[in-house]
Amino acid sequence: MADAAIPPGASGFSPADASAVQAGRLGALAFRLGTRVPHIQSAGVEKGELVVRTHRDRLIPLMIMLRDDPAFAFEQLMDLCGVDFPERAERFDVVYNLLSVTRNQRCRVIVTTDESAPVPSVYEIWPVATWWERECYDLFGVLFSGQPDMRRILTDNGFEGHPLRKDFPLTGYTEVRYDVDRRQVVYEPVKLVQDFRNFDFVSPWEGMMTLPGDEKAHETRQGIVAHPGQPRR
Amino acid sequence: MSDIVLRDDIPEVLQPDQEGAGRSVRTVEIDSHSLNFGPQHPSAHGVLRLVLEMDGEVVARAVPHIGLLHRGTEKLIEYKTYMKALPYFDRLDYVSPMCEEQAFALATEKLLGIDIPERAKWIRVMFAEITRVLNHLLNITSFGLDAGALTPALWGYEEREKLLEFYEAASGARFHANYFRPGGVARDLPAGLEDRIAAWAEDFPRFIDDLEAMLTGNRIWKQRTVGIGVFTSEQALAWGFSGPCLRASGVPWDLRRSQPYDNYHKVEFNVPVARNGDCYDRYLVRVAEMRESVRIIQQSLRAIEPGPVKIQDNKISPPSRREMKRSMEALIHHFKLFTEGYHVPPGATYTAVESPKGEFGVYLVADGSNRPYRCKIRPTGFAHLQAMDELSRRHMLADAVAIIGSLDLVFGEIDR
Repeated sequence: MADAAIPPGASGFSPADASAVQAGRLGALAFRLGTRVPHIQSAGVEKGELVVRTHRDRLIPLMIMLRDDPAFAFEQLMDLCGVDFPERAERFDVVYNLLSVTRNQRCRVIVTTDESAPVPSVYEIWPVATWWERECYDLFGVLFSGQPDMRRILTDNGFEGHPLRKDFPLTGYTEVRYDVDRRQVVYEPVKLVQDFRNFDFVSPWEGMMTLPGDEKAHETRQGIVAHPGQPRR
Repeated sequence: MSDIVLRDDIPEVLQPDQEGAGRSVRTVEIDSHSLNFGPQHPSAHGVLRLVLEMDGEVVARAVPHIGLLHRGTEKLIEYKTYMKALPYFDRLDYVSPMCEEQAFALATEKLLGIDIPERAKWIRVMFAEITRVLNHLLNITSFGLDAGALTPALWGYEEREKLLEFYEAASGARFHANYFRPGGVARDLPAGLEDRIAAWAEDFPRFIDDLEAMLTGNRIWKQRTVGIGVFTSEQALAWGFSGPCLRASGVPWDLRRSQPYDNYHKVEFNVPVARNGDCYDRYLVRVAEMRESVRIIQQSLRAIEPGPVKIQDNKISPPSRREMKRSMEALIHHFKLFTEGYHVPPGATYTAVESPKGEFGVYLVADGSNRPYRCKIRPTGFAHLQAMDELSRRHMLADAVAIIGSLDLVFGEIDR
């Protein structure tokens, strides 16, 4: 019925069809990456998207292969970003989102790093990477080796810290205002009129399997009590 | 340029502060000056500060400085529930708000694993195309203004006003619509709006003809744009171009066609592609896209049928006000949704849409809580602006203005 509504000139190739075809193709690519290419930590299809994890020292040969191998042909680096997981030993993920316009496929390459270990820059493979890497350095403090232009890009001149790290407060440390008497813009430590409130709206019973006073019913439901007749110790 | 002599290049013995007998001091004249273009120049399209190293009237090097409009959107989103994060997307590219919302809504829906009702999909397609016309109208006309054509801007604003009225009728706001929500759209179209849009779509191609009569064949316009800022398809791909700028360089690539979302696979449209990759081609592609957008709007109007506009799961989309007055459960759902919000299962997705400017992507990482763990926004203009140096090198100063106009930059999006 839905097909009848599709005019003859439209592609008619629905997102569902596309994702089914893509899943097969991406699965084959993931298999090839996982088996034939050395030093890949993992390659798989997650939520219909090809995700490859590797070590940062092995990044450059992998990226050159992904760009130049006709089976992958990822001509474009669409996005590069960091993700911070402070509880991990290597706290940062650096995520590269690649796009192939000739083969109509996307790929995500993920490497990990910490505050001091640099990730090799890919700006010689895709010149667009320069600004993305500058942004990642600015917001997370991830270093990129070989990048000749490692300046801050988005934050203010003289800004200290890396704002998208999870331990950086939302309000920041300094605020800025125009001082009428001094006739200039002044920087001051943040003064909040009321304390910063980070509301936790999560209900206390969400995810809790056993409600207080309901332990017995819960155990029965979960089949923890094997024989209801048998007295428990 | 080789004319530029830096202090470091001068041998130690010739440094001016070196004293001593027998050392002659020579003055080196540097025939270059740098020019601060913006951040308050009307042709900078916002708060672009472009430092131009000039060699006479020729641009030797262009260094864009951005970040003057950085508001920390990505950080703020990490502290908001998914529902409260959505309005930030209107404020990114404030010329095409609904397309940005669409990217976030699609990313959230993908992580939630939900599919939205058919009517909501058609409304999204229709309003995404209205947004495209809105964006291109502003870009083409202000691009014209940069090159000295005043009339298109005046005409274009009048036409934009009609479209903003549709925005207002549907969402209640002219710009910051907050209309495409995860799970559908915020509310149904008011009675009669579809007829008004149909009447507009009937008239609008004539306006495009008028606009083209002003610009397309105009000798001055062509002198200012043809052969200016040429980018080959290889360059455009390497520099991460997308959207009209990529298509102007001869790459037939449109996410609506190749990776369709919502109902784009059910509409018939052409993807305009140009060959030369100069400013004029970028203009032509946008004009042709407006005509295609009108076709898509008309097809959506024909296909749209009554029905629900958001998914019927009250854990994700709020119940109606009428229902809340009668049902305790609906009231609880409403309260929970607007305080706690909904929990999104752990996972990550990079979801991109074809916004009027190009590929607008959202890399969303969910950790199972009611807030995004990380929401990276992939702005389109960021990549385009970075190529400014490459595009404007050895062009005249006035051409740099034309190139900025043709790239369609909006700083709300670039600086985030």
